[in-house]
Amino acid sequence: MTHDTTQGLWLSGNEAIALGAYEAGVKVASGYPGTPSTEILENLCTYQGVYCEWAPNEKVGLETALGASFVGARALATMKHVGVNVAADPLFTASYTGVRGGLVLVSADDPEMHSSQNEQDNRNYAFAAKVPMLEPSDPSEAKEMVGAAFRLSEELDTPVMLRITTRVSHVKGVVTKGVREEAPVAIGIEKVPGKLVMLPAMARKRRVYVEERMARCKKLAEAYPYNRIEDGDRRRGFVTSGVSYLYVKEAFPEAAVLKLGMCWPLPEEMIRSFAATVGELIVVEELDPFLETHIKAMGIPCRGKELIPNQGELNTAIVREAIDPASRPQLFAPVELPNRPPNMCAGCPHRGIFYNLSRMKLFVSGDIGCYTLGFLPPLSAMDACVCMGASVPIAHGMVKALGEGSHDKVVSVIGDSTFLHSGITGLVNSVYNGSAATLIILDNRITAMTGQQHNPASGGTILGDPAPSLDLEGLCRAIGVKHVFTVNPHDVVETRKVLKAAVELSEPSVVISRAPCVLLPEMKERRPVSYFTNQDNCVGCMSCIRLGCPAISWTAFAEGEAERRGYRATQKGVSKIDEILCNDCGQCASLCKFNAITRGEGKK
Amino acid sequence: MNDQGNILFSGVGGQGILLASEITAYGLLRAGYDAKKSEVHGMAQRGGSVTAQLRYGKKVYSPLIEPGRADVQMAFEMMEAVRYLPYLHRGSKVIVNTQKILPPAVATGQAVYPEGILDELRRRDIEVIAVDAFELARSVGEGRTANVVMVGALSVFLPVEGEVFAEIIRARVPERFREVNLEAFAAGRKACQ
Ligand SMILES: Cc1ncc(C[n+]2csc(CCOP(=O)(O)OP(=O)(O)O)c2C)c(N)n1
Ligand code: SF4
Ligand code: SF4
Repeated sequence: MTHDTTQGLWLSGNEAIALGAYEAGVKVASGYPGTPSTEILENLCTYQGVYCEWAPNEKVGLETALGASFVGARALATMKHVGVNVAADPLFTASYTGVRGGLVLVSADDPEMHSSQNEQDNRNYAFAAKVPMLEPSDPSEAKEMVGAAFRLSEELDTPVMLRITTRVSHVKGVVTKGVREEAPVAIGIEKVPGKLVMLPAMARKRRVYVEERMARCKKLAEAYPYNRIEDGDRRRGFVTSGVSYLYVKEAFPEAAVLKLGMCWPLPEEMIRSFAATVGELIVVEELDPFLETHIKAMGIPCRGKELIPNQGELNTAIVREAIDPASRPQLFAPVELPNRPPNMCAGCPHRGIFYNLSRMKLFVSGDIGCYTLGFLPPLSAMDACVCMGASVPIAHGMVKALGEGSHDKVVSVIGDSTFLHSGITGLVNSVYNGSAATLIILDNRITAMTGQQHNPASGGTILGDPAPSLDLEGLCRAIGVKHVFTVNPHDVVETRKVLKAAVELSEPSVVISRAPCVLLPEMKERRPVSYFTNQDNCVGCMSCIRLGCPAISWTAFAEGEAERRGYRATQKGVSKIDEILCNDCGQCASLCKFNAITRGEGKK
Repeated sequence: MNDQGNILFSGVGGQGILLASEITAYGLLRAGYDAKKSEVHGMAQRGGSVTAQLRYGKKVYSPLIEPGRADVQMAFEMMEAVRYLPYLHRGSKVIVNTQKILPPAVATGQAVYPEGILDELRRRDIEVIAVDAFELARSVGEGRTANVVMVGALSVFLPVEGEVFAEIIRARVPERFREVNLEAFAAGRKACQ
């Protein structure tokens, strides 16, 4: 939600990056959703004159942007930190080819793992791929730095990385609006095979250029406007970058600070001369000792991770207390409370599948998406989850190691978007190399986890315009899977029969579970009829409770209450459906054997 | 709280905390403050415990409130009023919607919802302002405006004229929900005046 104020626009870091890219004249933008990067493309696609798309994965996203750059367009690729692992292959060689139009890769890191499986520090990629990296501290700077990154990319013939973190992406602040500039390079085909065909002979030449370029960039960094010294009390001098700078400014407002807006390559002379003027040099950075290691390698003494934690996010208090332990205030201790973990929505189609899996005594090789919540009680039906697409090969590897006849002990479960991102090749391998663990594809018609983005199977583009919808059944058959089933996961009992039959097969099988996510606009528009419990019939068997639907709750009976209310004396309680929360999926009713759950006539 | 302040919003994913914190932020910006707000998206939104942090003042650097420094907490659910206790200090104000939303362990009979939970705050000299936001929202005709009722309650304690918030609601809320949101805001404000 943007808002004009007298101070400027009120934007999140991601919204600001979209605006910055628009103002920089960006022509093509591609990427794959992933918290905390998703809103960049969701916002950029609302501007006129910018082509935006969701790619099936980050590698394709970066390669698309690279192609656009090759014909002279300014191009942007966006992804979360782990997405850069997927896009690392093109990144490392795009560093050699360089660019024609500016190419910027936004890496949105997630210290603290608010919504991620690891907290890798992607500054290391700039070092390893030998590309410059800019790192803004807040939305306002993020907007400015997008334009700077494009200019740098063209000036030095290199992809440029812009690294943000959750506390830049999802922080709102005041941003100054500018105007859209025309990108400087004319768009058109230009053949430069010596630069773009990375056969060894050409790559060796470009390898030399890469070093020259980084040397030039290092020189430029010495006077780069985003690298600046803020003078102050010189007893302690802080070197910092990104959001950590803000914490330093609040914790030690009087101190001298060297703020590095370009965190790779580093301005060695600037750091050396700053260090010479301060009593002690302290490096404040989140996660890895990236700046610290490189500053120490320059032979400049400093302290960093011996004081500052190398895990999780920082904040003002952590920074202040790490350096001045005596400043730690007395805080109220937390009070013990029942946890409130996230849960799948009422009526979520995934729940029916995981309910069945929770009762099937299988090893469930899981993947990443809303369905990962199937791990939590009461379903507790996921036994492994590593990275996108890994569910399928992990099941294959397990079966190969367990040996003959083990195909019915393991299943893999993957979402539609995740399958198309990086699950397909795993299935190709299972078929090619003959393992028969059943694969369950959860086709909820959208990429739900990251907030409803279209994907190649969902039938829409990033703008919601109609797009071809990939035929998942046909794809699996084409790969060579002979047994492809489709189920409605809301019919829990019927689905169990199909799952059992598929698991027993000694040839590869795929079960496609198809029902829409309840947060899809068309599902939200419908007026769901509520199910309700006929409490007279409820025997307290808890079958429906074990689904873990947020609309169903358990009321335990007090001493003697069962008899008083006319139930069996041993009955422990009854369940109840909250009619406002119920989303009309019918899973609970399909499980109830006592006719205690029936569908109502209308909502409210 | 006058020339600077820290407001912590807490509740359960799906309660409209983001909108409430947005309206509050706009109000403070209109009153001429600098502000920063931090949110968490993604996994945390599926019915889990969520927070938003809003800081305002002449110039705000950090988007995060330090533990022990939240002046006001807007709690959209009773238990969530107490979960972030380490962020509060003696004399903090907690405006709490007295609605209970059962977490999974309670709904499935594995745990019980703690009784008298707000006393944990009062016992520590934290001022508790209890608002039955859901009921007030229903009384103006739309239970889903409970979040705006809460903003109305908060507005009494902010250095921003009530009329500024009404203007913001008029400008930001789609026509067909405008009137009911204005009424929700007024109801929340009245409950605290
Ligand atoms: C390499 C990588 N890119 C992006 C993400 C973020 N992410 C996690 S799951 C997911 C997609 C989930 O969609 P889908 O498989 O359709 O499952 P759903 O959430 O709809 O149930 C995304 C984008 C990630 N964890 N790793
Ligand atoms: S958003 Fe959709 S897929 Fe995710 S938990 Fe809710 S219903 Fe399920
Ligand atoms: S029908 Fe049953 S399982 Fe489905 S949303 Fe309603 S209460 Fe939950």
